[in-house]
Amino acid sequence: MLVDLPGGWSPLLGRLAWSQIPYANPILAPLFVAVVIGAIIVLGLITYYGKWTYLWKEWLTTVDHKKLGVMYIIIGLVMLFRGFIDGLMIRTQQVWAVGPHSSGVFGSLHGYLTPFHFGQVYSAHGLIMILLAATPLLVGFMNIIVPIQIGARDMAYPYLNALGLWITAAAAALIMISLFVGDFAHNGWFEYAPIFEMQYSPGVGVDYWIWTLQLVALGTTLGGINILATIIKMRAPGMSWGKLPIFVWASLSANVIALTSFPALQVALGLVAADRYLGAHFFTAGMGGNLMLYTNLFWIWGHPEVYFVILPAFGMMSEIFPTFSEKPLFGYITMVLASMAIAGVSWLVWLHHFFTMGAGPYVNTAFSVATMLVGIPTGVKVFNWAFTMYRGRLTFNAAMLWAIGALFLLLIGGMTGMMLAIPAINYMVHNSVFVVAHFHSMLLVIVYAIFGSVLYWFPKVFGFKLDEFWAKTMFWLFSAGTALVFVPMYMLGFMGMTRRLEYVFNTGWQPYLDVMEFGIVVYTLSVLAFFILLYVSVRDHAKNRVGADAWGTSRSLEWMTHSPVPFYNFAVLPHINERDEVAWRRQHGIDNVRPEHYEDIHMPNNTGVAIILGGLTFVLGFALTWRIWWLCIVSLLAIIVLMIVRSFRGDPGYIITGAELQRMEEEAYRREAQIADSHHSHPVSGGVVGNAMAYQRNDSSK
Amino acid sequence: MSSHASTVDPKKAELWDTHHHSHDVISTRTLGYFLYLLSDGMLFATLFAAYGVLSYQHSYFGGPTPAEFVKPWYTFAQTIALFLSVLAYGFGMNALKHKNKSGLINGMLAAFVLGVVFLVLDIHDMSHLYSMGITLASSGGMSAFMVLTQVHATHIFFGLIWILVMMAQVMTKGFTEETVGRLLTLRMFWHLQAVIWVFVYIFVYLWGYIS
Ligand code: HEM
Ligand SMILES: [Cu+2]
Repeated sequence: MLVDLPGGWSPLLGRLAWSQIPYANPILAPLFVAVVIGAIIVLGLITYYGKWTYLWKEWLTTVDHKKLGVMYIIIGLVMLFRGFIDGLMIRTQQVWAVGPHSSGVFGSLHGYLTPFHFGQVYSAHGLIMILLAATPLLVGFMNIIVPIQIGARDMAYPYLNALGLWITAAAAALIMISLFVGDFAHNGWFEYAPIFEMQYSPGVGVDYWIWTLQLVALGTTLGGINILATIIKMRAPGMSWGKLPIFVWASLSANVIALTSFPALQVALGLVAADRYLGAHFFTAGMGGNLMLYTNLFWIWGHPEVYFVILPAFGMMSEIFPTFSEKPLFGYITMVLASMAIAGVSWLVWLHHFFTMGAGPYVNTAFSVATMLVGIPTGVKVFNWAFTMYRGRLTFNAAMLWAIGALFLLLIGGMTGMMLAIPAINYMVHNSVFVVAHFHSMLLVIVYAIFGSVLYWFPKVFGFKLDEFWAKTMFWLFSAGTALVFVPMYMLGFMGMTRRLEYVFNTGWQPYLDVMEFGIVVYTLSVLAFFILLYVSVRDHAKNRVGADAWGTSRSLEWMTHSPVPFYNFAVLPHINERDEVAWRRQHGIDNVRPEHYEDIHMPNNTGVAIILGGLTFVLGFALTWRIWWLCIVSLLAIIVLMIVRSFRGDPGYIITGAELQRMEEEAYRREAQIADSHHSHPVSGGVVGNAMAYQRNDSSK
Repeated sequence: MSSHASTVDPKKAELWDTHHHSHDVISTRTLGYFLYLLSDGMLFATLFAAYGVLSYQHSYFGGPTPAEFVKPWYTFAQTIALFLSVLAYGFGMNALKHKNKSGLINGMLAAFVLGVVFLVLDIHDMSHLYSMGITLASSGGMSAFMVLTQVHATHIFFGLIWILVMMAQVMTKGFTEETVGRLLTLRMFWHLQAVIWVFVYIFVYLWGYIS
């Protein structure tokens, strides 16, 4: 029943063979060497400074939602960088390979990438940016912020949380390894039927694509369940639904989407796998398969997914605007309803991704109208943000700039989305770079909101602010890059340039492509500015320490506990009286009231099981990709056995006594007082990674 | 400054959680599991949709169709086995209410045996089809038929492993918060699989038989 494989296969190594390592490729081989050297240096440094036990105990086995969130964000940033390099490569190929007289190197007729390689680059770019950069970054923020904002000590299922992280890490590792072992898919990030069938894509690229996405889907589903249950079950006393911080509402609506839509993706991928591995005929041309079934299933997930990523970004903007406008969020209730409406409508519009399927005027009209309906709640949000700023006392710091930038991009992306929602226009520009410009505007809303949030919440997590000058420099460079790349892209779209061209036939488009190339250079400068930002901020961290309320005008609960947040979040859980509890307490002068006495609290233990399971899912994904059947069986069995063993052992957790809590809290208050009266003249000492250093438990009690 | 009328007097307001607020482990767990089952339900819904699209006459590409090989009485026996299994599990859970360990174990054992009967019948059916040359590679329609029914069977398989694990846990650990929580979630899982089987039986087997 298994399909016949083109090319070799051995029982021991499956399809894996030396010939699959691209050591002769002039781009990949040097990159591989660089990666290996880099890895050796990093591992060497860790060994040299003796940090392995620290890393293992404090990070790799942690179940602390904040540290897991930080690791999600690190994965997201690394993948954002990888995706950015892919983007740079795409732009460079297109600016180079214009017209029949353009030169070619590295075995390519035009430009420097062969069509096959170019296809892999753009496929990986899309998949990485949406699912391994934006998604982990947002999940990371939800992980860190949601429990603190609702006054909880951890997620509902800390261990499951760690598992979700390590499965996501396994997915990232799988797509990274496809660089050096075999090829990645070359048919676009969402693939097409039937070109992904074995017959037309005989390599392992599509298989890498299947299993990477499956792992992401699994990790995100687990994370979604966790966040939903946390919000429903773990709210502090007094926090009724009407008092929920807006970012929590955004996370709730987003994860409702994730929970219900990712299964559709899993099925779509599973059926592709059935075709490619077992010779089924779901999506084959002929034998009773149905090509458009695939496209439907994919976008039934795909459209809700784009709202899964934008709703948390909306939530972030809804936190940043009020803080730096010194006003409560305008129209809280409508904001909540709008999030829920978007989540609901996102289910009814998937067909707008393929109006050209030809389903007929009635179907297309229905989906066109449904798509335009999304504009209503989105418009409500835009007006709410505008009215929040209206007559506010605005502070234009870097976080606020990113949020405002997001607002502008949302307008552009939303308007062009509305244009695309009209089938008559859509038939003209479908699969042109106009569409590419549309969704980049939208996804950049997310990137802007994320960078705004990095600046906004960084002091909460690490205890010091990031450098304003470099943050603003980065913002302006990034925005210049955005304008330079995407304005010409919209124009080219109207001129009829289709997407994914590895050779641009029309020399008249050269000037536009030149501007875009210049734009990507400016983007590169902003990436440099980001690295400088990190360096400068860490160097000067002692000068920029903050107390609990880092901005002085913040409103929601996370600003009530210390910065950096202790591993137990709140020594005594707060009782919630108002929607913007922190603002309310500050306003009534009761923000300095401390709890009278401390009781024992119960915390979950660290566990190494999650990271091992993550490693095993990576092995399973790799073995499935290369059809190494014995390894599939071994890793699957290992996963099952490990889960059973873990379920027998359970986790009794441990107790922090009230006395110990009091000691740690007093230490934290003392440091805060020191920061308050230093007025930035005497740097306040302490480690950079405040979490680990500041709240040291007595080892005897561990 | 709050936008809605403030009703709380800040001087008298309760600021800290004084009555040691702790959440209920079992209900948190069952809620999370319920959410997981929701996504499992979506998974089957998508599979049913795919089956719907691929069950036209042309989907079978001139090859065998369910109408030619489905024996409703055979799958009805499977239905009975699965329902009795759920019933037995229910008796076991009833014993749990009375802290009756052996009652629970007996109920689960019966549920396990009946589940095995279901699975054996399924495997027998599949190998019978295989011997007639009907596989998921026969046509798009048969792919949808096989994958939908066998994904359900795979759920049953993992449920059976889980039943064994829980029997072992109850025997070694007794009724703890953890084991009871897991027994409840397993019950939810087992019920849902039976409910989904109803749909499989009606829309795949019976429908396939008459069309
Ligand atoms: C105002 C709401 C929106 C409308 C009306 C809208 C409309 C559309 C339409 C009609 C298409 C199909 C274009 C085509 O292929 O011919 C499209 C593509 C796309 N949109 Fe949007 N959109 C909206 C919001 C968003 C958001 C919030 C995101 C993501 C954060 C997003 C991401 C995408 C992506 C990724 C694609 C294309 C994927 C691909 O073909 O590779 N859109 N949009
Ligand atoms: Cu869409």
